[in-house]
This record gives sequence, C-alpha cells and structure tokens, in this order.
Amino acid sequence: MIMILAIALIMTIVGLILGLLLKGIDRKIAAYFQSRIGPPLLQPVYDIIKLMYKQTIIPVTAVRWLFSSAPVIALASSALLLLYITIPYIFYIFEINTTLQGDLIVVLYCILIPSIAMVTGAFSSGSPYAAIGAQREMVILMSIELPIAVVIISVAWHAADSMADPFAISSLFEYPLWHNAGAFGVLGGILLFFAMVLVLPAEMSRVPFDQAEAETELAEGISVEYSGKLLAFILLTDAFKALALSMLVVILFFPYTLSQLFGISFQMYGHTLTPFVEIVFLLFKIIVIYSFGITFIRVVMARLKISQVARFFLFAITAISIIGLILIMLDPNMRII
Amino acid sequence: MKSDIVYPLNIGPVHPAFKEPIKFTFRIEGEQVAGVDIDFGYTHRGIEKIALERNYIQIIYLLERVCGICSFSHPLAYCLAIEDVAEIQVPDRARYIRTIIGELERLHSHLLWTGIAAHEIGFDTLFMYTWNIREKVLDCLEEFTGNRINYGMLTIGGVRRDITPENSETITRMLEYYMELYDRASEILLDDLTLRARTEGIGILSREQAEMFCAVGPTARGSGLLKDVRIDYPVNAYYDIPWLNPISPRDIGKEPIGDVYDRMAVRVLEIKQSLNVIQFCMENLPEGDINSGEGAVKIINKLKKLEGEGIGRYEAPRGEVCHYVILDNQEHPIQLKVKAPTYSNGFTWIPMLTNIEIADIPIVIASIDPCVACADRMTFIRKDGAKERYSWDYLHQKSIQKYKRSANQ
Repeated sequence: MIMILAIALIMTIVGLILGLLLKGIDRKIAAYFQSRIGPPLLQPVYDIIKLMYKQTIIPVTAVRWLFSSAPVIALASSALLLLYITIPYIFYIFEINTTLQGDLIVVLYCILIPSIAMVTGAFSSGSPYAAIGAQREMVILMSIELPIAVVIISVAWHAADSMADPFAISSLFEYPLWHNAGAFGVLGGILLFFAMVLVLPAEMSRVPFDQAEAETELAEGISVEYSGKLLAFILLTDAFKALALSMLVVILFFPYTLSQLFGISFQMYGHTLTPFVEIVFLLFKIIVIYSFGITFIRVVMARLKISQVARFFLFAITAISIIGLILIMLDPNMRII
Repeated sequence: MKSDIVYPLNIGPVHPAFKEPIKFTFRIEGEQVAGVDIDFGYTHRGIEKIALERNYIQIIYLLERVCGICSFSHPLAYCLAIEDVAEIQVPDRARYIRTIIGELERLHSHLLWTGIAAHEIGFDTLFMYTWNIREKVLDCLEEFTGNRINYGMLTIGGVRRDITPENSETITRMLEYYMELYDRASEILLDDLTLRARTEGIGILSREQAEMFCAVGPTARGSGLLKDVRIDYPVNAYYDIPWLNPISPRDIGKEPIGDVYDRMAVRVLEIKQSLNVIQFCMENLPEGDINSGEGAVKIINKLKKLEGEGIGRYEAPRGEVCHYVILDNQEHPIQLKVKAPTYSNGFTWIPMLTNIEIADIPIVIASIDPCVACADRMTFIRKDGAKERYSWDYLHQKSIQKYKRSANQ
C-alpha cells in the first residue's frame, strides 16, 4: 500500500514534468513546421512558475467557491487519470505481480471529469465568453463520448476473446488489439486507431477542435476569467491530460514492449536495464502519438465551427468507429461468436 | 442550434480578434447572431485637425501615419489633390515610380490581410507562411525607399528617390520569387478544404447591398461590382496599361455571391495583378526627372499664393482613398478631408454579420480588411464620460443653421 502511494507520488511529479515537456516538444515541432524558432523547450514550465507568483483574481460575478474549486478538481482528476492508466503498465514493465489491474470503464469516466470541472468553472465565472466556451465544450464532449466508448468496447471485446478479463487494463498488455487478428481485425483496428487519433485533439481542445478556447473568437473561452495559480492549475491539467491521453492510445493500440517486439534485453554490469529502456521507448511512443494526433493535425488545419465539429464526430467518426467494432467482431479468428 | 434565449455579447473595444479598438454589440440566439450594433470612436486621433496646423510638405509625412498599411495611398491622394489645385505636371518617371510603390504596397497589404484572415480562423501555419513570404516585399521596399512601412517617398510634384539599377535588380528578383511562389500559394489559399469550409457562404454581401452601401475596393469587387479607381479614374501609370481590369471572382470561373471566400479570391488575384503591373512598369520605366527639382520652401511659397479646392482619388489596397483640400492663400490648407476605405465599407458589416454563427464573427469582420483608426472621425464625450450620439436629423438641422448664419453675416 505504502509502496503504491510512493510510486503514485513519484509518478505524479514525473508525469507533471513530462507532460509539460510534451507540450514544449509540441510547440517546438509546430514552430519547425511554421518556419519559426519557437519557444524554449521548457517554456511551459516557465509559464507555470511565473503564474504561481502572480495574483489570482476572482471576478465579482463569479460563484466564488465553485469558480476556485473547479481547476483544483480538474487537476486532481487528470492526475488520477494519468496514474490510473500508467501504473499497471509500469508494473507490467518492471514485471511486478500485483492485483492492481485497472479498469477501462473507470478510464472512460475519468477522461470526462477534468472537462466537466472546467465547464462548471466556466459557467460559474459569470463571463459570457466563458459561458459560450462552456456550451461548446459540452457539445464537443457529448459528440466524442460515443466514439471513445466504441473504441474501448472494441478493445475489450478483443481481449474477452482471449479469455482475459475484458475490461482490465493489464489484460491489454498480454493480448493487444493486433494479437491473433485476421485481415478484418487489422482493418477494424486501423479504423479504430484513426477514430481515436481524431478524438485526441478534441479532447485536448486543440485546433481544429479548439472551439471552447478559440482565441480569436472567445478570447480563450472557458479559461478567460482564470488567472494566477488557478490558471496554472488549468495548464497543469492540460499537461497531465496530454500525457494521459497519449498514454491511453499507446496502451490501447501499441502496448508492445521492446522485449516483446524484438526479444532483446539490456544488461550492464550484471544488472538488468530493460525496464528503464522500456520506459524510454514508451516516452518515444507517446511523443510520436502526440505529434501525429495533435501537432501535425493542428498545423495543417483551420479551426472548424462548432456545428461542423458536432456533425463530424456524431456522424463520420462514430460511423468509422462502429464499422471498426463490427469488423473486429466479424474477424474469423475470433472465437467468441 | 437555435434557442429562444436572446442575450447580448460584447466584442470589443479590446478583443484578440481586432487589431484596433472598435466595439460590436451582438444579440445572440444560441450560436446565431440576431442583430448587431457597431460603435466607433475609440481611436480618434484628430489628424485632419493637426493637418490644418502644418505646412503642405509636413502634411505628407503626417498623412503617412493615417494608416499603417496604406501609408503610401493616403499621402498620394493628398499629393494628387494638391497637384490638382496647383496644376502641377508630374514627370513620367515619377508617375511610374509612384505606381510601382503603390503596387508593392498593395502586394504586402494583401499578404498581410491573408495572414490575419488565416489567424482569425485559427490557421496559424498559413498565417506564419504568408507573413514569412511578405518579408521579401518589405525587404525590397526597405532597400528601395529606406523604410519598411512609412516610405517617405512622395513629394508634391513627384517622388523623392529614384530607382537605381541595383534597386531594379532587387525588384526583378522579388518579382521572380513571387511569380514562382504564386501558383502554390494561390492553390493553398483558394483550394484548401478547411479554409473553404470556413469562408464559403458566410458574410454574404449581395451586389445590391454593395451598391447601396457604396462599398469600395475588394469588398465591392467580391460582390461582383466592377469598381476600381485605378481603372475608372486612372492616375499615375495606369493610363498606359491597356490590359488592366477590375478583378472579379469570375476570373477563376466562379460567379460572385459576395461571401468571404469571394473577397479572399479577389485579394489573391490582385496579388498576381500587382505583380504584373510592377513588371510592366519596370519594363517601360521612362527616363527623365523624378520631380520638379524645387525645394520644399519653393513649393510651399508657390502654394501659399493659391486659392481653390482639389480632390485626389487613389485605389488603396482596401479600397478607394479620397482626399479633399481647400487652399486659401495660407501656408497650410484651410480644410482637409480624408475619406478612408473603411468609411464606406464599415456599413457593409451590418448585412454581413446578420444570421451568422459566433464562430464566423472574427473572419467576417476581418473580411473587409478594416482600418478602424482611418475611419474614426469624431467623438463627443459629455462631462460625465458618456458618449454623445447625434442623429442624422439633428446633424442635418445643425448644418442648415450654420449655413443660414454664415449667409446672414
């Protein structure tokens, strides 16, 4: 128990720094595509440090307790989300046997909490810009909910086929989506991955799905009234979510470790270094997923309108993910039907 | 997303979508705009008044500051107005050099607008891209005139600096650079899917409305009006260019409906047109003087002895600029009236902004390329800080009274 607490504490701090770094890398890559130099890699960290010194202003129109507790709830729940997804994988890498399995349904709900907390905070701020931003965020949340659920159910369906506990996160590592998959399964998996990658920017509020923040329309929308420490909490929430969501894509679709892929292990002076190399490999995967899912998309697209976004997710992406689910179910290598 | 609740939404006076202070009060139903009220008057600088206290040469440099981007069009219109009164002939070479700078200005203004429009719809990569390629024309202007924006090139009766062989080499290189880039850039601007999704069918200004509000420049041309001061009332070298025609979206085979996309298409096509005009001027640049050779004092002394009124019109990148001066035997004009393009185009916002979504507001406002400071004329502020508003009838009454009084005296 104490060990898990200690791991959780260490991982929160490490996750925080890595999440901020991930945002820094994202900004550097975007700057490269836009032929700029871009901010220093640690700019998100500097921003947080600066905001911590700044005065926190709470508008008179705001509902005080709700307004100031919303970012805290968002931060706590996003940290929880990160730990909940990552700890089983870390245990798996270090080959620690544990009853801690993790549950995909809980993940599904945990993804929602930070966004809902932000929406509550925005509504309670009393600013019309924040209210419009919050309405838009709700529309986006509702339209991406079904595709995420379908993706998670498909993955669980596949795991159930392998006689593992279908909704446990740990069973994904033993039986990834591509394990034992036929042509239909692979095709379905690709469609699901495509749907999930497009859900990423919507969940993270990035162009083309950043309507809730939309700088030129709503002047940062849902976070417009936040300043100082509360704004720092919102930025930290964003960093945690960035890491957690890329991590989720990694464990849903590419949980393979180096030793699984190539059967190699690393030794030095008689000690095994494999788990540490695996963590580096994991970070590499996260950066790749984040670049493809968020950076590359945001540099080549304009912001869509909220009606266009709702149509896009409710029809196109939901259809794609459901086709993916059906293909996985139809896979002849499946024994469950 | 229609809803019964109507609520007000203030955008401005200070808002990230605007580069200058202006206030829009929208009535919003759900995500739809039901009505709009526009409030000017936050950035009035009194340039017309200041001008009455300067001499004729100083005014040129003052008027460069009317608008940061049309910093050549405004003084040019003024010089044309003065030359109109004083009946000064501008040498041929100066006419061509004026044309070249005017077109270079149009080029960089349209590139700047494209970047801003891209930023308004969240397409930051295009914003960076266009502003990056805009540097080339600014470098060229800097080498040629000494400054990136406020060129200080004009004087009454000509221009102040000549195009040297090195300059013409730079301009030729710049033209090659843009000609090469144009096809790729216009493909991105006119065919990109997300850009089209955000610009097509929104902010519609019909041909009749454009005529009614006397829209000018690309705003009018986007609605299908063939209206261009360069062709209708040619000055400078525009007399000599037989192939110059007002741009219309018909040139890319699209029937104009007056949406944001059409206005963008007009600007993109005008970039090409400007390049062609510059090329024509560089090839046909006549030899000779670039001004009358008289110093500032001599010009002022000459104008001091004059009486009369003059009008200068020029097609700035944003539309028609018109300057009206009255001279009355003094060292400075007794009246100067600046009519900036946003003066006419500002009113077209009302039909454009009705029945659009909130998300379209920034791009529709930006689509006329507004220059708020140019259009701000007068603000009446009461002692308690509130703004005074006068109706049309009141002002009409006032002006009748004033003329009756002066007639009686």
